[in-house]
Amino acid sequence: MSSAAVTSSRFTSGQAPKWLTPAVGLAAIILGAALSALIGFSVATWALFAGLIFVIAGPILIGIIEGRRKGSDAFARFLVYGTFLIALIPLVSVLWTVLSKGIPGLSGNLLTTSMNGVTGVVDNKTAAGDQPILGGIYHAIIGTLEITALATIISVPIGLLTAIYLVEYATGGPLSRAITFFVDVMTGIPSIVAGLFAASFFAFATGSPSTRTGFVAAVALSVLMVPTVVRNAEEMLRIVPNELREASYALGVRKWRTIMKVVIPTAISGIASGVTLAIARVIGETAPILVTAGFVNSINFNAFSGWMATLPTYIYYQIMTPTSPTSPQVSETRAWAAALILILIVMLLNLTARAIAKAFAPKTGR
Amino acid sequence: MSITSDSPNGPSTRRNSSKELPDVGNPAADKIFSGISLSAGILILVVLAAVAIFLVAQALPVFSANAEELTAGSFLKYIWPLTIGTLIASAIALLIATPVGIGVALYISHYAPRRFAKTIGYIIDLLAAIPSVIFGAWGAAVLAPKIVPFYDWLAAYFGWLPIFVGPASQTGKTILTAGIVLGIMILPIITSMCREIFIQTPKLQEEAALGLGATRWEMVKMTVFPFARTGIVSSVMLALGRALGETMAVTLVLASGPLNASLIQSGNQTFASEIALNFPEAYGLRMSELIAAGLVLFVITLIVNVIARMITSRYKEFSGAN
Repeated sequence: MSSAAVTSSRFTSGQAPKWLTPAVGLAAIILGAALSALIGFSVATWALFAGLIFVIAGPILIGIIEGRRKGSDAFARFLVYGTFLIALIPLVSVLWTVLSKGIPGLSGNLLTTSMNGVTGVVDNKTAAGDQPILGGIYHAIIGTLEITALATIISVPIGLLTAIYLVEYATGGPLSRAITFFVDVMTGIPSIVAGLFAASFFAFATGSPSTRTGFVAAVALSVLMVPTVVRNAEEMLRIVPNELREASYALGVRKWRTIMKVVIPTAISGIASGVTLAIARVIGETAPILVTAGFVNSINFNAFSGWMATLPTYIYYQIMTPTSPTSPQVSETRAWAAALILILIVMLLNLTARAIAKAFAPKTGR
Repeated sequence: MSITSDSPNGPSTRRNSSKELPDVGNPAADKIFSGISLSAGILILVVLAAVAIFLVAQALPVFSANAEELTAGSFLKYIWPLTIGTLIASAIALLIATPVGIGVALYISHYAPRRFAKTIGYIIDLLAAIPSVIFGAWGAAVLAPKIVPFYDWLAAYFGWLPIFVGPASQTGKTILTAGIVLGIMILPIITSMCREIFIQTPKLQEEAALGLGATRWEMVKMTVFPFARTGIVSSVMLALGRALGETMAVTLVLASGPLNASLIQSGNQTFASEIALNFPEAYGLRMSELIAAGLVLFVITLIVNVIARMITSRYKEFSGAN
């Protein structure tokens, strides 16, 4: 093969021909299919064998032609590309599963009714084909929106003010260093521990150990949300140019007024998009809701009394304890439809965050 | 290094003619505003202390309870399998996510076409946006059944290893599957942190290596990895912290049970999953026991996170990146 390359050009002599990589790829696919067929054909083993042959044979051939160093370079390159492809598999698979299993469950019922009155008998009838899938996620959407809104109302002021303290007032003393450090530590609190904290706090505060309301869940989510908001707002406030503050001070404007009228408006796009991302993060939390808000099948508008359902806990309970144990596929259909709605909400929030960051970004004059 | 250090007192307070200048703000409001922001900061410290205090207060009854009232006879006996199960699941997750995460980060920072790099980073970040309950449901409904033939194969050829002792679970709901799902969930953490650090590698060093005739891989080995080593370690530690406390992936995927050395059989349990499964029905002493388990989990993740942060802060001081 190297002799063929020599004739083409003096400059490419000693280099592997361009067709080598695709050729090895093709050979790997064919050989992989053959090997896979030997042990009972399946797409997974085919891809596995083809990938292995490609990653091993390709660099060896290149190594023979171009030398050891180029060979190991190619090996590393193939591996890096390979890891990227491997990382894509679960993402594609999850999105595909949610779409393919969720779309059949979408119906008018889903968004407008709760699970109130939907029993195993009802589901069995549905499974027998006598009626469409009844019951929906209305109560869970109400719960999700209320709990997330409460959590946002609690954590945004605290988070933003803390960030303002850290950036505008702190002088690097032990207090500000402690706050920065513990905000970092808080980022790592397991979500279920945040839930346990809220549950035990309210158990202590109300005297009844099983106080479970939407508000308790909102407090749990705030514990998770505050550090995200602080970190993000801090970063955004720090990139506000100091000249703006100084210009404001030079005009005789007081510090708090400067912060409110100059610093925050400049950073507002970043802060708003950070808050949106924080909301997107906590809206999908399941574990803290499980231990703080309980679970219901009926609509509860009052976040301050009674148990509440949210979309994630709805998905969880529909899968773990199907409404009709004899025909769980009905509950699973509902769960995947709810998962689709949840993923749409989260993606929408993520896109909103990007749109906010773009739309309200301060004009830099460039 | 506070931004405000050059003008700590704000504007000069001597100008009493501020009535002529509307909207410069009320002098008293300065004190109030700084007081409010300071108290918000302190509130965070108080909340974190409260997390610890209330968990301890609610967990205390466990330590004074009679042995026969506890689930496993003693609290230590109860905690031990959970600790081991949590560590096994997290270790599997790290073994999978670390090489893949570093590879993907390297792909984005040094291998992908410049034009696509940002988009690809965004796609990987999408993984982080997917709620954990959906990962759990996916793991249970899609991954677990598909992976059974692989477990059978492991049991047939590697059954002599204690961790792959057969017969393999025919539902696929094992600690290995849970670990794989956890690995997928922590992948974006490792990727996004490593990517940030890889990008910061001094351009001059990279170009010097390339200029001396290094291949791209040699350049990565000589400049990127030494520069990013501490960053990689701390990103892995942070991912570990996340994996230790992740609940839904394990609760939905794992058919839990007593401690089991075989990774391809059902059994084992993690802290978070144990709490999530039992807390909704728990009361009295059982509730305290679960809260105590949560406290142990809290302490473990706290230690892991503090170590990670210490590495990061040391790295910030000595890297010269800033």
